[in-house]
Amino acid sequence: MTSTTYTATSSGPAASGDNYLTHTRGIASWIFTLDHKRIGVMYLIAIMASLGLGGAFAGLLRTELIEPGETIMSADMYNQMFTLHGAVMIFLFIIPGIPAALGNFILPIMLGAKDVAFPRLNLASFYLWCFGALFFVLVLATGGLDTGWTLYTPFSTSTTTQVTWAATGAFILGFSSIFTGINFIATVHTMRPPGMTWHRMPLFIWALYATAIIQVLATPVLGITLLLLAVERVFHIGFFDPTIGGDPILFQHFFWFYSHPAVYIMILPAMGIISETISVFSRKHIFGYTFIAYSSVAIAIFGFLVWGHHMFTSGQSVVASMIFSALTFSVSIPSAIKVFNWLATMYRGSIWLATPMIYALMFIFLFGIGGLTGLFLGALAANVHLHDTYFVVSHFHYVMFGGTLIAFLAGLHYWWPKMFGRMYSEFWARLSALLVFIGFNVTFFPQFVLGTRGMPRRYYDYEGLLARNPQFKLDHQLSTIGTYLLIVAFVIMLIYLLHSLVAGRRAPANPWGGATLEWQCSSPPPHDNFPSAPLVGDPYDFSKLTYDAQTEGYRIDAVRAQTEAPHPDA
Amino acid sequence: MSLLTNLPLLLAQQRDNSFWMPPPASTSAGAVDDAFYLIYYISLFFFLLIVALMLVFVVLYRRRPGIEQKKAPAHSTALEVTWTIIPLLVVIYIFYSGFTGYLEMRTVPRDAYEIQVTARQYNWTFTYPNGYESPNLHMPAGEPVMLLMKSEDVIHSLWVPDFRVKMDLVPGHYTRTWFEAPEPGVHDLVCTEYCGTGHSAMLATVVVQPPSEFRAWLADAAKFAEGASPAERGQLLFRNQGCASCHSVDEARSAKVGPPLWGVFGETHQFTDGGSAVVDENYLRESILNPNAKIREGYRAQMNSYQGLLDDQQVMDLIQYIKALRPGGMEEAKAAAAAEKAGAEDEANGDADTGDANADQTGADGSESTQADAEQTSNGQTGTGGDAGTGSSDRPDNDASSSGDAQPDS
Repeated sequence: MTSTTYTATSSGPAASGDNYLTHTRGIASWIFTLDHKRIGVMYLIAIMASLGLGGAFAGLLRTELIEPGETIMSADMYNQMFTLHGAVMIFLFIIPGIPAALGNFILPIMLGAKDVAFPRLNLASFYLWCFGALFFVLVLATGGLDTGWTLYTPFSTSTTTQVTWAATGAFILGFSSIFTGINFIATVHTMRPPGMTWHRMPLFIWALYATAIIQVLATPVLGITLLLLAVERVFHIGFFDPTIGGDPILFQHFFWFYSHPAVYIMILPAMGIISETISVFSRKHIFGYTFIAYSSVAIAIFGFLVWGHHMFTSGQSVVASMIFSALTFSVSIPSAIKVFNWLATMYRGSIWLATPMIYALMFIFLFGIGGLTGLFLGALAANVHLHDTYFVVSHFHYVMFGGTLIAFLAGLHYWWPKMFGRMYSEFWARLSALLVFIGFNVTFFPQFVLGTRGMPRRYYDYEGLLARNPQFKLDHQLSTIGTYLLIVAFVIMLIYLLHSLVAGRRAPANPWGGATLEWQCSSPPPHDNFPSAPLVGDPYDFSKLTYDAQTEGYRIDAVRAQTEAPHPDA
Repeated sequence: MSLLTNLPLLLAQQRDNSFWMPPPASTSAGAVDDAFYLIYYISLFFFLLIVALMLVFVVLYRRRPGIEQKKAPAHSTALEVTWTIIPLLVVIYIFYSGFTGYLEMRTVPRDAYEIQVTARQYNWTFTYPNGYESPNLHMPAGEPVMLLMKSEDVIHSLWVPDFRVKMDLVPGHYTRTWFEAPEPGVHDLVCTEYCGTGHSAMLATVVVQPPSEFRAWLADAAKFAEGASPAERGQLLFRNQGCASCHSVDEARSAKVGPPLWGVFGETHQFTDGGSAVVDENYLRESILNPNAKIREGYRAQMNSYQGLLDDQQVMDLIQYIKALRPGGMEEAKAAAAAEKAGAEDEANGDADTGDANADQTGADGSESTQADAEQTSNGQTGTGGDAGTGSSDRPDNDASSSGDAQPDS
């Protein structure tokens, strides 16, 4: 049934016809595309490859740690492994991650728009990602990097590994991030459809918007810091080298001034995805929309004020440490608010445990642990013991992997049918999710214990600690076995996702019953997203949607829709 | 308010035999553990609450055909304010708990016993007020000890988990930390700021001794340097300056990052540039002050220069030590020094030879030092690859010769 106000919800091979994937053909039509959807897909492939590379480094370094002493590599190689694992995961996967791969695809469609505000800038962002990644490949091929992803001076100004190339690569990647941020800000400000006021915007958009603010304001600081580092190495100016008047701690201030907001770049879009999925799969209006929306902005702002909590044991003054600790706790409150609101959304909902929902619930569990362990690290006295230990490693993996990556998987499984027009196997997806959950906890929970009991981070070998801590060996072995389980889970995921592309059931326009605008166009969307501007309602009002058994999807019931006239907001 | 002030005391009972924390061994550990367990129980409560609600909702409100979901509001200002205010109050208390403990840990007692700490890639040197340098931290029980710390190269960090004490060591300025250990005992001291190849080998031991025993140890240890032969002084330097982390001195010529030194004096060495040389005093001096001028075949240019860090006498002592690394070499050196000393005492006092007592003293400390050596260097690094040391300009010799072609093994 079609109407003049709503686009036809089409599905099935006969109706799909032309879509953004088939609209033009040939490799040049991809390399030079201005279509945000194609750019999103290219980003998706690129970041998934980066995830694989970063994961490989993790698998290797954890294999080294399964036994004390040398297992499969030398100390120098190990130091390269943990450095490259961090650098690849952070700069190539997790920071671009959700905004670039999912945001690029979904944001314009969620706004009922044809594309982002600056399509060419969008393509430029992708090219910059590729160019920056090329530098990382260069680093890998010519001596690697052994400084830790944090590049602390004076080690990073004196080591003979390829710091300058790596800094250049990260500098370029920074611009990719900045351009994406500029694009999203402009798009959200100028391209919302009639009727979509700020308070009628989906929460994923609020999240991407807050993230974009951070990207634009914080990333230039990283750029300059990396530039100073490179200049220091090449020209020995004396910014950070104490032997010629510099201050190594200055580097830490500059570095963390970006890198702390960066973690909010990582987590805010993830939380946006959780808001969407919890609501849709509870078939209930998101609880506390306004509080969730503004908590994203609050996190973005407060995130700029807490960088010194990485430096409590650096010799930083007591006063500074006190202020940073107090402010650090302020960031925890908006995050807690979100979690309570998500739970309240589920209350009296109608919960469907499809794969996206499983990942969303997994997020609440894992991010819950990750966020709460942040409290330990923000408290000054506890931080003294826990800083630079495995406790920190576990904390940030719980928030970055258990948080961002799990939310990314939720989003990927939620929007996969929309992006590719195919359904994946729910059985294999759930199995993989179970393995991810078990593998993750087996890998990282023992690391909390390692940290509290005395295991420093970035240690190639723990032989010297076994005399007074014989249990460290078991903790490390558990951690490594969990890693292997995770690898198995991800391999299964890759297989069923790729399989769905060729043999999956064709997806209806709205398989999950979402009320945001992207579910009103076909799966996959046509080249122009919408033939005419769609009409905007409440993005969390599911009452207008009915299940259509024939298409195995949801459609807007025109009768219900017409009895509720859309509210004309100013 | 009494519940709040007593809460930490309740938590303090968790200290021993715990799952999370090693037994506390300093007066600072209490505040740290209190903060930790306060946060732990609060976190546990909220986490279990959240997970329980989640699971209950998933079961209770699962989608079933024909079951109509009940209406529920989409917002509640009262609820929002409640779950904002309560967490806010909780974190304020957590902050307070963390802050008070930290303030105490960073306020050094006026009468603290000062020990200087120098960190370098990859060992520690603890220097006592009487000038004695030790690779391990001996300290008196029941007295506050202050560490005045610096690094010679990159940032390191000193952590004693049992004490819950940690502070970075930064090149170019001093940092300090303090602690008091009420009971005698032995504890791990680790480097916990990544510093390169030997980061995980940079271990030391904290030996807390009853005060009288500590002072006796210190007096004994300091005497070791008196009347010691140059070779024995060199042995001490070899241990304290980090040489042992890369060069073995045992007869078996154990493999480490750098060439083994047993029996090298008088050998002919081949270099990577095709040249060769006989190992004599000049060659050894060059190897210490300009190590990358000649690289032995099979090794890489990665040793830091000691130019500016050792004076001429110290370099000579090291050379004498290396010369003595042959069968009976150290014994001869010790005997020569003892004889010298005895002879000088004879002249001064006209008494009989008292050389044996001297030898006993040096032996006692010698064994401690080799054990510490072994502990310290048991994780002998066998990797090769890039190392720090080219950028610091107090080692100008290194800049030109240490080129960037040190490649890691694949």
